[in-house]
Amino acid sequence: MNDDAGTTPIGTRGRAGRGSPGSSPSAAARLLAGKQAATKPATLAKPAKRPPADETSAAPSGRTERARRLHAVTDDDADEAAREATGASGDVPGGIPVDEVLTALAEAARRVLGSDWERRLATMLATVRGRLGGDYSVDEFGLDPQIVEVVASAFEPIAEKWFRLQVRGVENIPADGGALLVANHSGTVPVDGLMTGYAVTKHTDRHLRPLGADLLFSLPFVGQVARKMGATLACADDAERLLRGGELAGVWPEGFKGIGKPFAERYKLQRFGRGGFVSSALRAQVPIVPVSIVGAEEIYPLVGNVPSLARLLGLPYLPITPFFPLLGPLGLVPLPSKWIIEFGEPVRTDAYEPDAAEDPMLLFNVTDQVRETIQQTLYRLLVERGNAFI
Amino acid sequence: MGRVVLVTGVSSVFASTFARALADLDEGAGIDKVVGIDTVLPPGELGGVKFVRADIRAPVVGKVMAVEDVDTVVHLDVAMPTRGRGGGAKERNVIGTMQLLAACQRSSIVRKLVLGSSTAVYGSSPRDPAVFTESHSARGGASSGFPKTIVEVEAYVRGFARRRPEVLITTLRSAQVLHPDLDTPFGHYFAGAVLPSALGFDPRLQFLHVDDAYAVLTESVLHDRPGTFNVAGDGVVLLSQCARRLGRPLIPLPGVGFRHGPRRLVRAMSPEISPDLHRLITYGRVVDTSALRDIFGYEPAHSTEQVFEEFRAASRPGMLAGMGTRR
Repeated sequence: MNDDAGTTPIGTRGRAGRGSPGSSPSAAARLLAGKQAATKPATLAKPAKRPPADETSAAPSGRTERARRLHAVTDDDADEAAREATGASGDVPGGIPVDEVLTALAEAARRVLGSDWERRLATMLATVRGRLGGDYSVDEFGLDPQIVEVVASAFEPIAEKWFRLQVRGVENIPADGGALLVANHSGTVPVDGLMTGYAVTKHTDRHLRPLGADLLFSLPFVGQVARKMGATLACADDAERLLRGGELAGVWPEGFKGIGKPFAERYKLQRFGRGGFVSSALRAQVPIVPVSIVGAEEIYPLVGNVPSLARLLGLPYLPITPFFPLLGPLGLVPLPSKWIIEFGEPVRTDAYEPDAAEDPMLLFNVTDQVRETIQQTLYRLLVERGNAFI
Repeated sequence: MGRVVLVTGVSSVFASTFARALADLDEGAGIDKVVGIDTVLPPGELGGVKFVRADIRAPVVGKVMAVEDVDTVVHLDVAMPTRGRGGGAKERNVIGTMQLLAACQRSSIVRKLVLGSSTAVYGSSPRDPAVFTESHSARGGASSGFPKTIVEVEAYVRGFARRRPEVLITTLRSAQVLHPDLDTPFGHYFAGAVLPSALGFDPRLQFLHVDDAYAVLTESVLHDRPGTFNVAGDGVVLLSQCARRLGRPLIPLPGVGFRHGPRRLVRAMSPEISPDLHRLITYGRVVDTSALRDIFGYEPAHSTEQVFEEFRAASRPGMLAGMGTRR
């Protein structure tokens, strides 16, 4: 098949992959015909494209170009050649028997789904049918457990192989009851939210409920998927409702200031909002778990911003990374940085009275305590990680 | 002495059924007379209800209340227009409420007002909290159409409450009622062969069973339940889920062009969608009903899924009904 690429443009007058029925068969027909048949039109059709060579080769044989074209491989020739090549199993083109295909499929299913693949396949089909019939339920926030499961398993290779995620301190996530996970935010695109959710789902049996900006929910598709994965709006009402209901809520209090900061300021925490997350945790009397995420800063190094265009599009920033507008869609592939997510020791809030949420000084102090914990952990993890990519 | 209840808007099936049920209650309930008022005759039998043909947008409603000695007013003449843009709906909803409240303020014997409001008062926008409680106000989407109307109606009722603090006021913010026998906006929408929807959005919706709606209204007429309460079936369904269960295909249309170009297409394919309904099927709305349970003391008997299931069972299966399986 080595001559396929070379001959295609010649035999087809420059049009790839088509061929003309009379003289030069398509690549597919030549494949069918086998090796000898496939080389034939190549040598014959070659002169047609180059007039000087045509004269030299045509003159001794005395044939016209028309005659040579007729001599090219036709469909019948190809069939005959194929029959010769494959021998006894004549009527299967390409020579792969049906039973082998089935065996291979079964083997593939066994490899992908494990030894009880038939039962699992049946379950999967039943699930698909159930979904098509609308037979599933979502909670009042819109979390769809089946979608979460599918996204988590799709995300696993990205997290484990591409980002080589290390998770530490999983024991600091309470096994039951509400808790507020507070993390640093970075990386231009909120991949860190997805990764934290993945880490929580993988290492505990709980779902993380991320609290997102309202921009997330006004975007089509994105907002829809975010809701189905359990995200909800970052406002005091939703946060307290989740926490009182005993859920794990995740906040990224730096917001757009954190995620859209330039690469030069990486791992420098921005202001932690206005401390609203602390008052929510105090009111719901749940612990605050500081989460330090290393690795997100390097996935899309933000080297520039187009504020005017961003304003026009209603976005908080319009990123320029070393690869993004330059390489087009290829620039959207995140760089393979090494990730470490560390869940820190919980800050307990049950020691305070519930009306402590009305004391702004206390809120500022707890906010600073959480922020400082995350900042120090980030420095330590950065030293431990060493090179960002290797 | 028993009580006299005035029910407005009895030309709708919902209000006339409620008025009849109220009139058919036995003596122990303490209701002497039920007066129904509207400009057009109700479609069905009214039973024991005394029908008065009058326009609540005119001062005549005060005379009716004086003549009949009305002491309880159930205001149900506030409804989301089912079809089209509902040009006259705002006039009827707002001016009718104002006249009715003016009459109530003049009357010395009115001691209770029950307002059949709607969860549309919370609007619908991407900045909404996931679940609305009674203390929330609209964050967006209440600047036009029916949500604006209902916000204004509630504001007038609050003004009335301030001027006549001795009158008990129950505001029931009910979710969309969905029932095969009732011509509601969602019932109308789901009846289409295809369901136009907003591209990229899958809203969470809540429905209310008509029996629960009647029960809550009756309860607030018979007993004193002052306050504002959300009324909705438990749980949520997604629009995509509704469409799949009905077996009707969703036709996602881009939000930008929904108003003009595709609008004609939508009209050709299925019943027209009002801008209010379009907003609702873009962002959805979910309310919290814990106040109804804990303070009002009523547990909705039907969850949102059950309400929808009852509706689905009565509607004719859509073109994709064979695709999935149901329990």
